[in-house]
Amino acid sequence: MASLGSAALALAFLTTIFAAAMALAGRGGDRRRVDISRRAVYATCALLTACVAIIEVAFAGNDFSFKIVQQHSSLETPAFYKLAAMWSSQEGSLLLWAWVLSIAASLALYATRDRLREIVPYATAVMAGIGAFFTGLMLFAGGVNPFSTLSPAPADGVGLNPLLQHPSMMIHPPMLYSGYVAFTIPFAFAIGALVTRRLDAAWIRATRRFALIAWAFLGLGLLLGARWSYTELGWGGYWAWDPVENAALMPWLAGTAFLHSIMVQEKRGMLKVWNACLIVATFSLALLGTFLVRSGVLQSIHAFGDSTVGPYILGLIAVVLLGSTALIVSRVDDLRSEKRIDSLASREAVFLVNNLLLVALCVAIFWGTFFPLISELFTGEKSSLAAPWFDRYTTPLAILLVLFTGVGPLLAWRRISWAAAKRAFVAPAAVAAVTALVLVLATDAGEEPWALALFAFAAFALTGLAQEFWRGAAARRSLAGGSLPGALAGVVSRNRRRYGGYVVHIGVVVLLVGIAASSSFQTDRELRLRPGESAVVDGREITYERPTVSYDSAALSFGALLAVRQDGKSFTLHPSRRYFRPTRTETGTIGSYFDGEATSEVGLKAGTGSDLWTALEPNISALRKRVRAADAGFRACVSGAPGTPPVCDAIAGLMRAAAADPRLRPAALARIEAIQAATARRLARSYLSDDAVAAFKVIVDPLVTWIWIGGLIALAGALIAIWPTRGARRRLAADTELDALKEAKYREIRDAELDHAAGKLSDEDFALLDAELRSEAVAILDRENGVAANGAAANGGRTAGEKPPEPV
Amino acid sequence: MDPARKRKIRLVVALGVAVMLAGALVYTSFSASSQAKEPSDLIGASSGGSYELTGRVVKGSVSHEGKELRFRVADREDAGQSIPVTYAGTVPDPFRGGREIVLKGTVADGVFVGERDTLVTKCPSKFTAADG
Repeated sequence: MASLGSAALALAFLTTIFAAAMALAGRGGDRRRVDISRRAVYATCALLTACVAIIEVAFAGNDFSFKIVQQHSSLETPAFYKLAAMWSSQEGSLLLWAWVLSIAASLALYATRDRLREIVPYATAVMAGIGAFFTGLMLFAGGVNPFSTLSPAPADGVGLNPLLQHPSMMIHPPMLYSGYVAFTIPFAFAIGALVTRRLDAAWIRATRRFALIAWAFLGLGLLLGARWSYTELGWGGYWAWDPVENAALMPWLAGTAFLHSIMVQEKRGMLKVWNACLIVATFSLALLGTFLVRSGVLQSIHAFGDSTVGPYILGLIAVVLLGSTALIVSRVDDLRSEKRIDSLASREAVFLVNNLLLVALCVAIFWGTFFPLISELFTGEKSSLAAPWFDRYTTPLAILLVLFTGVGPLLAWRRISWAAAKRAFVAPAAVAAVTALVLVLATDAGEEPWALALFAFAAFALTGLAQEFWRGAAARRSLAGGSLPGALAGVVSRNRRRYGGYVVHIGVVVLLVGIAASSSFQTDRELRLRPGESAVVDGREITYERPTVSYDSAALSFGALLAVRQDGKSFTLHPSRRYFRPTRTETGTIGSYFDGEATSEVGLKAGTGSDLWTALEPNISALRKRVRAADAGFRACVSGAPGTPPVCDAIAGLMRAAAADPRLRPAALARIEAIQAATARRLARSYLSDDAVAAFKVIVDPLVTWIWIGGLIALAGALIAIWPTRGARRRLAADTELDALKEAKYREIRDAELDHAAGKLSDEDFALLDAELRSEAVAILDRENGVAANGAAANGGRTAGEKPPEPV
Repeated sequence: MDPARKRKIRLVVALGVAVMLAGALVYTSFSASSQAKEPSDLIGASSGGSYELTGRVVKGSVSHEGKELRFRVADREDAGQSIPVTYAGTVPDPFRGGREIVLKGTVADGVFVGERDTLVTKCPSKFTAADG
């Protein structure tokens, strides 16, 4: 099977190179060659799917002749984690990268098979080239071929680190990877657009959805990582400004900026250089994230195996950066804006400000992340920056971001009249002021001015967004009638991008409120309690009722039963610590049951107001003494010293027989292991009567739950925005560039009508804008009819003089 | 004011803000950072100074003294060079003898006194796909 996999991988490598070569050969308009190159990309996808399937079958079937299986799985690894163990390995994660890329590239090429004739060959070449890089890496970099075999095949594997055996840990890496990888698509099309000088918004329309999907995946990956850290690591935090966390956050921030600024290019033909730079930066940062995990350059809690692939990825980043920069510089004349910003009080101006804030955040995080390298360069000393430094920059920038997140949706494109501005801003500003006042008077939020500002701005933003939904629904109702909820559903489903975006904004604002509250108003205490003792933490009376001990085949678990009384209600929490036995210890001792990996199981009472988070560090030092004594006793026993009880003689006899006859060895070992396991468990139970002082970490985290809720809201919003409209689904069969252009123009007309109906555009502004947009739409229709008349497009009997769409 | 001039002013303001931000980044990072040191760099160091200690926890050296955790940290490459460390507070899950750690703190009488909540333990597995 491994040789079959190797062959498939090698074939995939050759196919990607063939696809790139074919695409370039067909760049002059040779459709046949371009078609072949697209099919070669599909073939790569099929081949890499086969590779992944072979690896998964090997994991499922415990085929330890595969090195990757032997190193990351074992007979005892639960089935679910066997299937997910692939990407906990270096080589498996590279395979995942290449596989996800081949899927994304196939989808992108399928969607554009009849469009962007000039750009697609170059985009195909870029995507296939990057695919060739990653498949080639596995084949030639050395030590990272997922199909390396072991001969003879070992009987069992090393197993998967227990810390990683957590459901969110299994979904988190593929989500991040999918996010990183999907940014390849807009990058590739941007390069194609630059090379061919086709720098209108066509490439953006074709890949916007991929950018959004990448953004959503990356965001979900970050959220899952934060959640895992909060519930699993026994530390109580969800973000540590660790280099690898930062490496995933940076492309997400750059991608957020990109998703906003491309709207300005689509609508107004501006910011073209900026968009090209942003997508190059986003993709490079995604590669950098991939690189950071695989090199030893920065100290991180994320384990960095020094490996052979780091320098290659760094080389790819250099090629991407240098090549793209040269390309952008040489095309600067073609990248001129078609229009200018009319007014600072316009949506595009606010988008620009938000973009600058996001990029500033990215720059600050980048500087802090790479500061150890920078300082070593300048001072010769490796120095690093801690969380407070990051907070100093990210806090004010995030607060401003929330403010502008609130302002943006209230403004119309181009300009807003004074009367419309007043109508839009009065309610949000009033709610923000009242919120600030109430918070200062009724809570201690006044002591944290940053947090107070964020809460006030969040109130502003949320009110503004609610007002947008309300006015949109009202406008729809006045035009189409029906009930208010029906009108709301109608207006959202007809303007998915806009309202999906608003829902994302709600989610992100809620998430930031959660972060601000939980980081500024957290109570963090360390308690040392004996069974029966209690302590009060932030109004909650916590009693350490009794210690607990439990065990299963993988681990011994020492816990504490905590009784909590809060506001007259009471509940129990059960934090514990699990001690895993190192797998495959040949010369077993009883002590080994207590010396392996330990993981915290957090005792958590989540609530919409605040979370009570507890972790336990049991004091098992007395127990360890007994374990050492037991090990000494066991050694004395099997050595057959005089006076040992008869049961010892039996074991000693067994071991002597095993030493003489290798065939008896497994049975003897199993017997000894059973005795040791039973002893370890018996000793573990003696912890119950130790009456030992246990250390607890107790955190009261206000509003922390809203981080997860906000994240899910944002994800739902992204889904709304990604989901194709009914019209787009219908047209998927004959999707040409002109169709896409027309659809975009219709959407602009609908947008303007919605803005007008919702009172954002004054009558004169709307009349001007509408006339302009409609004449542009007519020009597109004329072009289409001209094309149809020439018989070049199979548009299936569409009538001439088609009307622009019905309103809202 | 003519539009071209207005745009120029905007550009200058934007660039000015960017330069100021960059200056602040550079200035604060050099003053707020702590030097990364290995135990051998700190043996015999005079008291005071803020450092970031990186190294490997010496196996079998970990003991609890009341609220305090005591252990020795050795150079990653040279297990013979080690200094005693005290640390108050809970430790991350993966902390044990033999693990690589990063800890902020100061030196007092030849002992490295760790700052609370700054102990970072590197993940144990050879390579984990992402988080850890």
